[in-house]
Amino acid sequence: MAFLEVKNVKKSFGNTEVLKGIDFSLERGQVLSIIGSSGSGKTTLLRVINHLETADEGFATVGKDIVLDASVKKLSEKELREMRLKFGLVFQSFNLFPQYNVKKNLTLAAELRAKEALGKKASKEELAERYSEISDKADALLEKVGLTEKAESYPCELSGGQCQRVAIARALMLEPEILCFDEPTSALDPELTGEVLKVIKSLKSGEHTMIIVTHEMEFAKNVSDKIIFMSEGVIEEEGTPEEIFGNPKSEKLKSFLFKENF
Amino acid sequence: MTFLQITTQLLEGFAYTLTIFGATLACALPLGLLIAFGTMSKFKPLNLVSRGFVWVIRGTPLMLQIIFFSMPNLWLTPLINFVFRSNVDLPIRGTEATLIMVCVAFSINYACYFSEIFRGGIQSIPYGQYEAGMVLGMTKRQIFFRVVLLQVVKRIVPPMSNEIITLVKDTALASTVIMVDLFTVAKMIVNKTVDIWPLFYAGLFYLVFNGLLTVILSRVEKRLDYFKV
Ligand SMILES: Nc1ncnc2c1ncn2[C@@H]1O[C@H](COP(=O)(O)OP(=O)(O)OP(=O)(O)O)[C@@H](O)[C@H]1O
Ligand SMILES: [Mg+2]
Repeated sequence: MAFLEVKNVKKSFGNTEVLKGIDFSLERGQVLSIIGSSGSGKTTLLRVINHLETADEGFATVGKDIVLDASVKKLSEKELREMRLKFGLVFQSFNLFPQYNVKKNLTLAAELRAKEALGKKASKEELAERYSEISDKADALLEKVGLTEKAESYPCELSGGQCQRVAIARALMLEPEILCFDEPTSALDPELTGEVLKVIKSLKSGEHTMIIVTHEMEFAKNVSDKIIFMSEGVIEEEGTPEEIFGNPKSEKLKSFLFKENF
Repeated sequence: MTFLQITTQLLEGFAYTLTIFGATLACALPLGLLIAFGTMSKFKPLNLVSRGFVWVIRGTPLMLQIIFFSMPNLWLTPLINFVFRSNVDLPIRGTEATLIMVCVAFSINYACYFSEIFRGGIQSIPYGQYEAGMVLGMTKRQIFFRVVLLQVVKRIVPPMSNEIITLVKDTALASTVIMVDLFTVAKMIVNKTVDIWPLFYAGLFYLVFNGLLTVILSRVEKRLDYFKV
């Protein structure tokens, strides 16, 4: 069984069936890109996996853990949070916390979690030690995305590309098993997409498993181990970048690639 | 009456005015937040009741509400006696008791106005902020208190400042039912001395106090200028 297994995910909004039974799998350390025309359900799929939408049907596992089971209707907030933490999600619009500086954006959730894990009885020293570990980790991640000197800046003082790099570092703070991106460069000026794509590419090193929804075909081709082409709520075609871009089989994929000038 | 006597009397009245102002602010802020949650609730009965309540309070004159609350013997006493099948006489009379009832009226009235400001502020926060908190494994509570609240505060400080300054002046309406606040005292002095200037002198108290509040509130606004929402 693969590291991530997603089985028969279905989702409707009212009468429109947006996901009509999605199955796919992904090995640890691999990068999956999801492409497809607007409205094909890519965002919805990521949101379902991250429990921002509830699936009507479907089942998913990461390793031995169940991370999605639509047949269980009532999840406690705690169970939901545990499942969500298996994944990280980078949003198209960054969603940084404006009142906190870059460093605090990274550490906030980790600190709250550490405090909770230690419980009320924890000594000040224990907590301080955990916080300093978290701070070190944030520093390391800021260096990784090339923003060490922006640690004290506020989101309103950063460019879009810098914001998105902070968002990526923030998502990595909690060490998700799988990091998801929803069109991470769509909200950016063209000259800023490069720096973000470079960071994402640098994460591809075997230790980060990633799912990337993108309209950047060249990037998808370069970075992915596997590509899924979605159309009208189903996976129309899947394969390696060579298969998808070099030898598309379905008419829909052919015309999609033609429209994307690829 | 000497200038000093007039000043002393006005100051005494001003103390009552400040009491009404302070008590109203202290009660109306938390109550307003509760009502705001009520009007945003997905639980239909609570939602309808809260909205209905806000509609009634905002749709009727504050003066009417003050008079209504100042006469609890005409409705609260009979109501309690009816509910508990008792026959007691509630000791709600005299200046102190009426003052408390006036504060209740002001608190309820202002809580409804505040609740609309809170609701607007909370609903103006993009849903992405909640979602970002969720995918980072934060609880609903943590998201509200650690992520959303300060952004809401930043957005509501300007409209709140307006309401707070209006409240200072609205306290003069209490003079319809109590005879101790700054405005009443000023009126009585004018009647007694047959001189108009004590009225303006009283106005100066309101003016200076509002000036002070304006300075404080714009400081708060400045303090929150370091980020954008
Ligand atoms: N909350 C919602 N309520 C109703 N319909 C929705 C909702 N979210 C998405 N949809 C619909 O579901 C369909 C798929 O949307 P989705 O955002 O998943 O597409 P997408 O593939 O991400 O498109 P894009 O490339 O434009 O981002 C669309 O028709 C959209 O209108
Ligand atoms: Mg989308």
